[in-house]
Amino acid sequence: MSGRTMNKSRLGALPWIAPAIIMIAVFVVWPAFEMIRTSFQNVGATGQSKGWAGFDNYHTLLQNPDLKNVLIRTFIWVVGVVFFTMIISLPVAQLLNANYPGRKVVRWSIIVPWAASLVMTSTAWKWILDAYYGVLNEIAIDLHLRKESIDWLADTKQSFIWLMVVAVFVSIPFTSFVILAGLSTIPNDIKEASHVDGATSWKSYRHITFPLLKPSLFVAAVINLINVFNSFPIIWVITQGGPGYETDTTTTLAYKISFRDQDVGQSAAMAAVNFVIILVFIGLFLKASKNQEQN
Amino acid sequence: MSTQVLPKRHKRFTGKRVSLTISAWTMGFLFFAPYLQMILTALKSQEEITAIPSTYLPKKWAFSNFTGVWKEIPLATYLKSSFIISISATLIVIVIAIPAAYYVARNNFRGKKAFLLLVLVTQMFAPTALVVGIFREIVAFKLVDTYLALILIYAAFNMAFSIWILSSFFASIPKEVEEAAWIDGCSRFTTLTKIVLPLALPGLVTAFIFTFIAAWNEFVIALTLTSSPEHEPLTVGLTALIGQYQVQWNYLFAGSLIAIVPVVILFALIEKWLVGGLTAGSVK
Repeated sequence: MSGRTMNKSRLGALPWIAPAIIMIAVFVVWPAFEMIRTSFQNVGATGQSKGWAGFDNYHTLLQNPDLKNVLIRTFIWVVGVVFFTMIISLPVAQLLNANYPGRKVVRWSIIVPWAASLVMTSTAWKWILDAYYGVLNEIAIDLHLRKESIDWLADTKQSFIWLMVVAVFVSIPFTSFVILAGLSTIPNDIKEASHVDGATSWKSYRHITFPLLKPSLFVAAVINLINVFNSFPIIWVITQGGPGYETDTTTTLAYKISFRDQDVGQSAAMAAVNFVIILVFIGLFLKASKNQEQN
Repeated sequence: MSTQVLPKRHKRFTGKRVSLTISAWTMGFLFFAPYLQMILTALKSQEEITAIPSTYLPKKWAFSNFTGVWKEIPLATYLKSSFIISISATLIVIVIAIPAAYYVARNNFRGKKAFLLLVLVTQMFAPTALVVGIFREIVAFKLVDTYLALILIYAAFNMAFSIWILSSFFASIPKEVEEAAWIDGCSRFTTLTKIVLPLALPGLVTAFIFTFIAAWNEFVIALTLTSSPEHEPLTVGLTALIGQYQVQWNYLFAGSLIAIVPVVILFALIEKWLVGGLTAGSVK
């Protein structure tokens, strides 16, 4: 037997892991490399490269009159969506964890936005927010909150808020399940203590449960940062980033510049900037994992 | 629904418990509400959808939408494309991830840390972030508007999750089980297929379903790389209907529901392993 292992060990891990490495190298690493290379090239409208361009594409990007607002909006988008997702997911996780009749059904209904295609969920929201026939107007009128229908998406500020609402809605399920998993690692006797009736309940949550949840919260926050930053279908389906570029984030902007405005070079520059931002988020994540490992 | 389990005897039926139940049910309802609206719209006739004043419930339940949709839009073609692409990507992922995950779980080797880092970093990268580069690569490969392009991209981007989750399942199987099989004369390959894989079945199912759903739901890459209705998956084909000047919401949502329902059921099956898998990097 030792002879056989010796023979195999010469090739080592390669036969086992090489296919995975090749797949990842060719279809994940190479596109990343190609994208950054393109950002330094002069690319024609049809996509062919016309040689090196130095930092010209970055220069064009910096002079894009919409860039500043898109950057500010992206910041609001990421921070706002992640913040509200985390804040709302905490009580949601408590409700998923508590004991009451029909808990399974409640858990299932919260899984739906997580499992369903983001495109289709966004389509449903676009329909709910419809100016003429949308159910939100119907509800608002029936509850006497409004006298007549309004176009929820007419004003860009307001439509951007709705985009954020949808983004929070689809991010809560994953986040609350991560927190739920965190809750289940807390030993039972401590949990009992946090379930004591009356005034002590909030206190024990605040001082016992919450601190123990911090690692799961951090993991959920960083994964959300990356997902929300990359988020595309919600904006694309509901507003297409429009009117103009007024509800775009850097992710949808990069897409629009490339595939609608046909300026591949500038788009690659935007995407390269996004790439670096995501790398920073991943660095944060790795650091968090290390910290947790040490604890 | 009628056979609701009664609360345990020692739990008092207090006001607090009632309010807890009510808030939990309200929350569940809120998360389901957009899909309920989808269902209700899919069950209205075109005239009812654009009637003013509109009603919450259909006046006449138009179940025929679910049969009519197949003629109104090329739903069968979209479903076929989505299925071929998703199942192929998933099979590639499973075939490639099993040996990698197994080796990583059982051996220490030079470069293991680098390999795990590569896997973790790619798990964090959504194809959306790299779409410009992916498009240029696929153009160079002359694979634009093919199933193969989507299959390869989806397989590559979902490899990481499957390697993580499978290796954690493999690692949890005691080594002694395998050693016993070796002593009985089983080869390494037979041990893997006959002993290890059956024991890691929940992990396999999770990796399989997760990859399938991710591919089934993907949008940006499909939007970018497909251009003909024969190759467009569902996500792209259905959204193309929204841009048209009169949206047939009833058919759009009937089609969407046909796509969503099976996926939600599959997802519910693996939910308890997903959280662990998605956050695995932080535990390892």
